[in-house]
Amino acid sequence: MKEVLRIATTGNVDDGKSTLIGRLLYETHSLPADKVEDLVRASKRRGFNSPDFSLLTDGLLAEREQGITIDVAHVYFQTTKRKFIVADTPGHEQYTRNMVTGASTSSVALILVDARNGSLLQTYRHFLISHILELSTVIVCINKMDLVGYDEKRYLQVVDSLSSFAQRLGFPSSRLVFLPLSASSGDNVTSLSRNTPWYKGKSLLELLETIEVPGAGDTLPFRFSVQLILRSKLPEYHDYRGYAGKIASGNIRVGDKVTILPSHITTTVSGIDVYGREIESAQAEEMVSIHLEKDLDLSRGDMIVNESQLPTVSRTVEARLCWLHERPAKVRSRYLLQHGVRRVYARIDTIRSVIHPESLEALQNAGTLSLNDIGDVSITTGIELFYDPYRRNKANGAFIIIDEATNDTVAVGFMSSTK
Amino acid sequence: MNYLKELESEAIYVIREVAAQFENAAILFSCGKDSITIAHLASKAFFPAAVPFPLVHIDTGHNFPEVLEFRDAFVKEIGVQLIVGSVQEAIDKGEITEQAGRYASRNMLQTHVLLKSIEQYGFDACIGGARRDEEKARAKERFFSVRNDFGQWDVKRQRPELFDMLNGKIHKGENVRVFPISNWTELDVWNYLKEERLAIPSIYYAHSRPTFLRDALIWPISDFVPLVTGETADVRQVRFRTVGDMSCSAAIESGASTIDQIIYEIENAQTSERGARIDDKWSEAAMELRKVQGYF
Repeated sequence: MKEVLRIATTGNVDDGKSTLIGRLLYETHSLPADKVEDLVRASKRRGFNSPDFSLLTDGLLAEREQGITIDVAHVYFQTTKRKFIVADTPGHEQYTRNMVTGASTSSVALILVDARNGSLLQTYRHFLISHILELSTVIVCINKMDLVGYDEKRYLQVVDSLSSFAQRLGFPSSRLVFLPLSASSGDNVTSLSRNTPWYKGKSLLELLETIEVPGAGDTLPFRFSVQLILRSKLPEYHDYRGYAGKIASGNIRVGDKVTILPSHITTTVSGIDVYGREIESAQAEEMVSIHLEKDLDLSRGDMIVNESQLPTVSRTVEARLCWLHERPAKVRSRYLLQHGVRRVYARIDTIRSVIHPESLEALQNAGTLSLNDIGDVSITTGIELFYDPYRRNKANGAFIIIDEATNDTVAVGFMSSTK
Repeated sequence: MNYLKELESEAIYVIREVAAQFENAAILFSCGKDSITIAHLASKAFFPAAVPFPLVHIDTGHNFPEVLEFRDAFVKEIGVQLIVGSVQEAIDKGEITEQAGRYASRNMLQTHVLLKSIEQYGFDACIGGARRDEEKARAKERFFSVRNDFGQWDVKRQRPELFDMLNGKIHKGENVRVFPISNWTELDVWNYLKEERLAIPSIYYAHSRPTFLRDALIWPISDFVPLVTGETADVRQVRFRTVGDMSCSAAIESGASTIDQIIYEIENAQTSERGARIDDKWSEAAMELRKVQGYF
């Protein structure tokens, strides 16, 4: 079985993200002949002599009309070495929420920068979001090198500005890669280009085939949210009571001592099954049904955890929020907060600061968070949450905020360490 | 974790969220390989409890007879309720009008019957087997895709979907389309069918069939598509890569009669899965336009 690498393309609008994905698909022979024909036909209709690769993922009418990406397109391809799932996300500021959507399930961000313009506000914002999401690698593709005459000096200027930004951000240089590229003429995409003899690194594809794929959180403390309680009317399953869900982190074995939250009752795992097949142990990301020795009253959203390593159990949360909606955040009004499958009422008590995506300065006492703002907040919830800081445990440290008036998802939050 | 298991886990997680977040959900069931996969995943998701959703088949009346036969046997075996929404009935009642012309198809008429069934039964969520790798508009879908009270998809206002947290909250009258196998490719589905030893309708496998050529596609001979001058019926060795109506699914020439041969064929294919779907060839944005109107 091949490994799977999940990638998000990010960067400012018009910096060539969709074109790069199209180029990758084309050069890895991932496009069947009829899709290439469709592409050539659609390109000709728009007056282009060579194929416009962005048309491969910009599938919506409004996107083709404006030549921009509005929503995430998911693209799947493979080489002899790996499988890739690519989220082609929009660069347009208005659609930052869709960039966050695509990046939240990825482990690598490709940040594209137009070599002529260098880093823009959206470039910094996307880098900041990739950092907050704790993506394992950021690859900065300095694109459109053909339009600056493959000038190494220009390349190094852009590298410098983003290296110093990464440093200020605290993003480790060991997880940061730069490469010069031209998506439209194909330089350094799947093979090294003669136009950039001064570049001594790998081509983009080679990078993607060799960078480390982060593992699941097997070594973290055990966290399991009850998604459903399964019972059966079948006579042979008369006494069956399985707590079904996904293991967020850690591992579990029959006989393990566990604590149930919020009741804090301790019991023993008496059995584990996967869709009816009994197993002895299971680990992070697996879907299982857990059986407990004691006959307890558990509900959806309750959590089964390792007895000796409890998460924070609290009605207050310190978090970093990315606001994703046109309606700004209202302090002290009621929202729904969804942490995993647990949904509770919540109130933003204070917005402590708003972070400027380029200078990274924290503006104190901002009063509100508007669309695309990133800020640090204090939240109180109606009933307890069971969480870990996102930096320590991604699968148990993030939540979304839902506005009851519109039912829209208006923000994503990342739990900080409690003070 | 093995990649197919990863995809299976993701899909089952989504299906369980539907049971938890909605009151009256259904599985849209066309009897194609993708909806068979969905029904199978649902039976795993709730085991040993029963699947808490009925299957809904929007029946155009232009089905392959083999597929209807398969449907009835399948429903009986998994023991789930089947609801049929009939396009023919809606035409007979004068609610919709049959298309005219050489390319007349009932594909578009399904939308009306689908929306009517959703209203009649009050479904708040409909689970479908659409996949992002099928088509460029479908590549933009979320797991939970909210439709307004006209059944419309508003692509500019899709909810962000962060990590695995799904927000299925809706207002009365709205409903959600749910796509648990969004991240599966055609090949993933076939490998899964193989691994789980699932039965599928016989028309997916190579067989001899009377066909004719139109616009460089191989059309099946049926009562629903009359031949025009110059077109002749010929028996060919074919199979179908997707199961739609007899009036919108073209066949491909193939000798693949086992699942391994099909997998080999797809791995080496020069055309895409929906390359033989007549309904997608209507225009560059045929799928998006249908989805905006409320299509699957």
